[in-house]
Amino acid sequence: MKSQVRCSVNGAACSFEVPPMARLLDVLREEANLTGTKEGCGEGECGACTVIMDGRIVNSCLVPALQADGSTITTIEGIAKGNVLHAVQAAFISHGGAQCGMCTPGMVIAAVDLLTRVVNPDENQIREGLAGNICRCTGYTKIFDAVREAARLLASTP
Amino acid sequence: MPDALVGKSVPRKEGPDKVTGRARYIDDMRMPDALYGVTVRSPVARGRLRGVSFADGVPWNEIIVVSAADIPAERNHVALLTNDQPFLAATELRHAEEPVLLLAHADRHLLERARNAVRFDIEKLPALFDIDKSLAKDPVIWGEDNIFKEYNLTKGDVDAVFARADIIVVEGEYSTGAQEQLYIENNGVIAVADENSVTVWGSLQCPYYVHKALLGLFGLPADKIRVVQTETGGGFGGKEEYPSLIAGHAALLARKAGKPVKMIYDRAEDMVATTKRHPSRTKHRTAVTKDGTIVAMDIDFVIDGGAYNTLSPVVLSRGTIHAAGPYSIDNVRIRARAVATSHPPHGAFRGFGAPQSIFGLERHMNKVARAVGLTPEALRLKNFIKQGDTTATHQLIKEPVDMPSILRRALAEADYDAKRERFARENPGRSVKRGIGFASFMHGSGFTGSGEKYLASVVGATGTAEGKVRVLAASTEIGQGTNTIFTQIAAQALGLDWDDVEVAQPDTSVVPNSGPTVASRTTMVVGKLVEQAALGIKQILVQAGLLSEPYTPQQFRAAVKKYIATVGSLRSMAQYSPPDGIAWDDQSYRGDAYGTYAWAVYVATVALDTVTYEARVEDFVALQEVGRVIHPVLAAGQIEGGVAQGIGFALYENVVWREGRMANGQFTNYIVPTSVDVPAIRVFFDEVPYPHGPSGAKGIGELPMDGPAPAIVNAIEEALGAPHPALHHVPLMPEQLMDAVDDLLSARRKSA
Repeated sequence: MKSQVRCSVNGAACSFEVPPMARLLDVLREEANLTGTKEGCGEGECGACTVIMDGRIVNSCLVPALQADGSTITTIEGIAKGNVLHAVQAAFISHGGAQCGMCTPGMVIAAVDLLTRVVNPDENQIREGLAGNICRCTGYTKIFDAVREAARLLASTP
Repeated sequence: MPDALVGKSVPRKEGPDKVTGRARYIDDMRMPDALYGVTVRSPVARGRLRGVSFADGVPWNEIIVVSAADIPAERNHVALLTNDQPFLAATELRHAEEPVLLLAHADRHLLERARNAVRFDIEKLPALFDIDKSLAKDPVIWGEDNIFKEYNLTKGDVDAVFARADIIVVEGEYSTGAQEQLYIENNGVIAVADENSVTVWGSLQCPYYVHKALLGLFGLPADKIRVVQTETGGGFGGKEEYPSLIAGHAALLARKAGKPVKMIYDRAEDMVATTKRHPSRTKHRTAVTKDGTIVAMDIDFVIDGGAYNTLSPVVLSRGTIHAAGPYSIDNVRIRARAVATSHPPHGAFRGFGAPQSIFGLERHMNKVARAVGLTPEALRLKNFIKQGDTTATHQLIKEPVDMPSILRRALAEADYDAKRERFARENPGRSVKRGIGFASFMHGSGFTGSGEKYLASVVGATGTAEGKVRVLAASTEIGQGTNTIFTQIAAQALGLDWDDVEVAQPDTSVVPNSGPTVASRTTMVVGKLVEQAALGIKQILVQAGLLSEPYTPQQFRAAVKKYIATVGSLRSMAQYSPPDGIAWDDQSYRGDAYGTYAWAVYVATVALDTVTYEARVEDFVALQEVGRVIHPVLAAGQIEGGVAQGIGFALYENVVWREGRMANGQFTNYIVPTSVDVPAIRVFFDEVPYPHGPSGAKGIGELPMDGPAPAIVNAIEEALGAPHPALHHVPLMPEQLMDAVDDLLSARRKSA
């Protein structure tokens, strides 16, 4: 049995025929072909599958597709505006925030979400804001640097 | 002439793809008609397989099934150091989760049902999970004595020193647990295979290891086997040897199915079935004079290799050579053994045996200091190795090394003296007690002993139609920055811009064998070959009369294009040959164990809550001499990441074994440091260019794994103000800290 799920993904109206308990992660990766969203653990611990759903970050591996019906979703593919990188993405490159890149999509989304909520986060707010996303490469230091830099970039652009 | 690229933090090559989600990892690749593949594994740690049956309710006629019977017996082994590990177990089951059957089908969900419907009839046999039982041959499970490998390294006359009357003898025993690499991308491959050829794409560190294993499995000509590394989401050693097994599995299924097979492990399977860091035990017996001069070290180092030999002998070797540390000791004896157990084979993990033996040594050094009434730093200063001294393997240190200055600077950066004094004053009245501790250590760059000579790595460079230079190497980008470093080295050598150089995707049908991406060798050893191959391109252009120095990047590009248009393919190759004066004897285990070493002192400040028994690293200083730093941001990123893994090794990452199987194979209950757990990690470099490295660089990747665990536990000992047996093991979990805290506090209450 399949159900229809209609949602907006990165600004485009989408419709998927999927089993009702299919994971949003699989729908995005396999139906929408948006493979930037990664699976790291499949149990909501690592945050590699983080996407923005109706303005809040979620672990897409824990969201049943049906729950996404009628929602607005932004994945990593929707963070840059065309060829112009988001300040968080640019700062991740310049400050070494991405190493193997597997946690990066989720980490970038979590950082974008944090900077949407907190304009100029202090160290603890950055740490807390990224606590749901595990990185095994960087020791987080360069990611903190990147988020601080992104906050500066965002503050200096009108 | 463009600005020098070496020493500059240029943007990483694949950075934009990684931050936008465009980077394609193995699970992001799709192939029409592909099947999924899964592995059915042994439920027992040791046994004899008597039969297999397939339960009803699954359309078995639709499912491709591969067993050991599908592989000629003489080919059913993963080619590595010895050929003891089968691709699929036939009758002897030697560890839990050992692969027995492979299944493939287009429907993943059906496949999962099928996996659960396979029934094994097994006669259970006594299993072995303990180093001491393995040494006691209780029972014998491998060879005649359970010993995969033994090294006996001697320098001077240890027994004569211990017979002296004027020495103090300090003994200690230390151990380390297994550790999971926990790269965020699980293992995975896609295979296409028929009777004549095999192609595998995958997440892996060493394309030519996989190539060799497939060669052994299928017996095809070398050019009929192709291995391509896709973007790889972390390795840390965990994708050094294990991908050979998965590649073989997927290829076996693909060949039988006549369709591509995609085999991607989920997290639980990756954690319970694939390799981990070798658990270890080190016994130290040290002879020291009253003034703190260490005159003899007698070390017994044992690692748990698991059920098959795999890479244990070389892990043991690195652990052995690092066991006596950066000290000049006249009399050293190291007995080192890798033993068999019924655990899944332990394997490569950043540091490769060295973090294990260095934990023992650097904990023991503090015990020795205490025994002679010196501070930990005073003892080290008395015994550090220097230029002109010899290591435990009789290696003469030819390059300048200044451990005293590294130590002093690291301690100063950490505010060591002031903190030590302050913590001693403040701790007695507080429930949160603080301590500061450090470890001094070194890490050899590149393969051990004659390894690089035997490898004889090759790197190529070609000119492209666009006038660029393309680096051809099998060395993989796994997050550490290979693409970027190779670009910097080649562009710097040729005086080109950063975007004039490309790095080819590692594909055995395109790139030569530059050796595995392991052993802190990629920048130093392979990077030097990249430099030579790049210079070869220039030489060809100059000899052809198309280029003369000085030239601009535009002139170089024009010359490349013209050469290709008029002469044809432009290609230069470079092969490794050892620098002069490097000698190693495998028989006596003596000589130049490594071309060079990176040297370091790491300092940890730890807060220990004596109510909750939590230990928290509050500050971390990592100071190292790694030759010339090619890319400051990438280099610091390597150190910070390694330190975080080292903090996990010390305090969080506890593999819980139940009947030889990892019982906590989930992110939920195997805990790695998160963004709120890591301290400020402050990284400092001393730069002493190494003459044989590209632009003076040495290896760096593994070094940061060595120091954190002993530094942190030394700090905890300082916080507690006294030694305790619980502090001789990592991971040091709250349960063990509770023992230490309660014992020491109640002892103090009694004495008060």
